[in-house]
Amino acid sequence: MSAAPDLPLWAALLVSFFIVGGALVTLIGSIGLWRLPDFYARLHAPSLGATLGTGAILIGSMICFSVLQSRPLVHEVLIAIFVTITTPVTLMLLSRASLYRDRVEGRTDVPAEDPEPTEP
Amino acid sequence: MTLLRRVLPHPFLFLALLVMWLLMTQSLSPGQIVLGALVAFGGCWAMVALDPEPARIRRPLAIARLAGRVFVDVFRSNVAVGRIILGSDEQRAHAGFMSLKLDLTDRYGLAVLAIVLTCTPGTQWVHYDPTRGILTLHVLDLVDEKHWVRTIKQRYETLLMEIFE
Repeated sequence: MSAAPDLPLWAALLVSFFIVGGALVTLIGSIGLWRLPDFYARLHAPSLGATLGTGAILIGSMICFSVLQSRPLVHEVLIAIFVTITTPVTLMLLSRASLYRDRVEGRTDVPAEDPEPTEP
Repeated sequence: MTLLRRVLPHPFLFLALLVMWLLMTQSLSPGQIVLGALVAFGGCWAMVALDPEPARIRRPLAIARLAGRVFVDVFRSNVAVGRIILGSDEQRAHAGFMSLKLDLTDRYGLAVLAIVLTCTPGTQWVHYDPTRGILTLHVLDLVDEKHWVRTIKQRYETLLMEIFE
């Protein structure tokens, strides 16, 4: 079942580095969901897992299976592309829905109008 | 060119779908290429039914530069947001909304900017007002608003305008 012992040492080290690193970044993102103070701040946390976390794990996966099968395997790129394109849609929907509701409820911790544009 | 367009209305979409098919099946056998081409052909004609506004994409060099910048910025902001999350309470209290005036009006350019800003941890696209061209963002580390305006306008907007306008 386990194919990992077939990996040469250099590849095993490299793959572990990327997988553990990606998992760590994703974990920090998840901790952010708990530590950040409000809904809008929390929206920033999952994008850690969706960008660097996913990216590092996919690079680890590419190296692992390319070495095991002795040919370049890059179809993980598709996962990266689709995660990158689809995550913002959800996050934008969530932020706009939340802002709309907070404004309707008249909460004071969100601006009632969009702030005036900052000049560069 | 016109004949090609009549048979194959979206040649780039055709290529992209074919490449996606071959990557997913992980094969370059003639059978998969034919099957992928059929799927891509159907996808292109489905796109005709949607009748998207034609996109003019120019300057492949600018696209490569933008991709490089986004890559670097995503990495840097991952580190920055990670520090804020693990840092002191005081560091987490700077989040807030801000607005800026965009000169970019092309809808595809705006779509790419929305993906870039939302994918980058630390900035979140909230609202774009097309009549005034004003974009509202939520920023996690809102210490210097002018810094964010400069970053977005100089690093992304100028390149996006080169590519799409």
